Amino acid sequence: MIEKREKAQPRSLTLKENNYSFFSLAKNAFSKHKNWPQAWRSTEPKPEYDVIVVGAGGHGLATAYYLAKEHGSKNIAVIDKGWLGGGNTGRNTTIIRSNYMWDESAGIYEHSLKLWETLSHELNFNTMFSQRGVLTLAHTEHELKEMTRRVEAIRLNGIDSEVLNPRAIKQIVPIIDINPQLRYPVMGGFIQRRGGTARHDAVAWGYARAADQLGVDIIQNCEVTGFNIKKGTITAVKTVKGEIKANKVACVVAGHAGVIAEMAGFRLPIDSRPLQALVSEPIKPILDTVIMSNSVHMYVSQSDKGELVLGAGADSYNSYSQRGSLNIIEGMLAAAVELFPVFSRLRMLRSWGGIVDTCPDASPIISKTPVKNLYFNCGWGTGGFKATPGSGHVFADLVAKDEPNSLAAPFSLDRFVGGYLIDEHGAAGVAH
Amino acid sequence: MLHIECPWCGFRDDAEFHYGGEAHITRPDPSKTLTDEKFSEYLFLKTNTKGLILERWCHRSGCRRWFNVLRNTITNEILEVYPVTETPSSKQGKETYDRNWRRISPSKKTPKTDEAK
Repeated sequence: MIEKREKAQPRSLTLKENNYSFFSLAKNAFSKHKNWPQAWRSTEPKPEYDVIVVGAGGHGLATAYYLAKEHGSKNIAVIDKGWLGGGNTGRNTTIIRSNYMWDESAGIYEHSLKLWETLSHELNFNTMFSQRGVLTLAHTEHELKEMTRRVEAIRLNGIDSEVLNPRAIKQIVPIIDINPQLRYPVMGGFIQRRGGTARHDAVAWGYARAADQLGVDIIQNCEVTGFNIKKGTITAVKTVKGEIKANKVACVVAGHAGVIAEMAGFRLPIDSRPLQALVSEPIKPILDTVIMSNSVHMYVSQSDKGELVLGAGADSYNSYSQRGSLNIIEGMLAAAVELFPVFSRLRMLRSWGGIVDTCPDASPIISKTPVKNLYFNCGWGTGGFKATPGSGHVFADLVAKDEPNSLAAPFSLDRFVGGYLIDEHGAAGVAH
Repeated sequence: MLHIECPWCGFRDDAEFHYGGEAHITRPDPSKTLTDEKFSEYLFLKTNTKGLILERWCHRSGCRRWFNVLRNTITNEILEVYPVTETPSSKQGKETYDRNWRRISPSKKTPKTDEAK
């Protein structure tokens, strides 16, 4: 049965056959855009793969892409219980930055940011990466001092960051209220000018198309129900589409890492909680940078469509319900309106929640597991989107070589036994 | 938003409460036999169930007292509220308590294998 299906599978188009360019755009315009080839194939599972990546979000697809491109793996599948990019990849507020304090975090996030800078070209897909700057505000004297220290640490790692006074902030963001009489006055801030935003769907689609061109099978609607583990080594993945044999399995399942780990018989130091975001009705361009405030708990940017994209905080309690408490949104909107009085008459179009896997130290896990040939990349908490290319890149390296490289090594599961935590609560932007 | 019934103050919004995480975690005896793995398990590893979970809440903006709750993390439905010093008394609560990996024997904690079947 499975063999029959395999024969019926379409061949993946090479980059040569399906290259997006001005020429292909002009050519397709003549046929009224009716003959564009499919960006990627929808496939059914083969009986066996070298590597199965569980989770077709940005991180998972990036992992598959780099495995195929840089490690020459030919027989790779990415499976997902829904559609690709339908989880947290499609729910986040798309902020990209690398202004983390500790060396370990600076390493991986800066690696990621450098990949972002050439990603559209590399994937032949416009990810709409816009380096509009990420400005983080300080509202107390102490926060400003702490921020200055943080900026120095970031600069020592060769990452751009500069402290700004309220006047300079007002120049960059004319709509902000810097009145010192505010409940939480703007006392300063710091900006990473290389930071910015990208189109989240395009990142998933770009990686999916590029991975497909390298022969990776993307299998959607294929939920994992369990694993086959023999003598402590993984041999197959049980799915709703049957059992699929695999030499190696890489799990990148944000929001459900704990559930998948339990299927494999071990536990993770992860709590899963709802994180909310919302968008306003579209308005004319008024905000051309990303504003974050950790203490009043608000972050906002304006999308290319004109909607304001606002992020709220994570709920304090564990939940898989994909919705959060209203008081979290109320608190965030109150802060937003105080900082930007011009927002007060805006209507919000949509709000939604995603489930984020948070670690005790607010840093991710990129690691081998107690089960041989099973790897986990999880625990990115409230800010995994920015790391998509870098995370996929180092995780592919770990899966291919069975040893983490120097960027991934600090993020192993062992750190919770040895006590080498990477405490990034201060940089996470969202309280945990 | 959760609507939690404090045993002393009645139903209130979750904004009044502080979440205390998983309930019924016993601190291991700090003797010489306590390994790093064992302590890490106590300190960091989570149950984080998708489904029924036993957890602690404190009515921070009210009576400031702690109590335990049986909640479904998929529907956010609260099924039982009981004192911190006791174990759950409902059938589902008892099952959730007994099924927890912290209370099953160490031999069962090793990765599941199909050979055992």
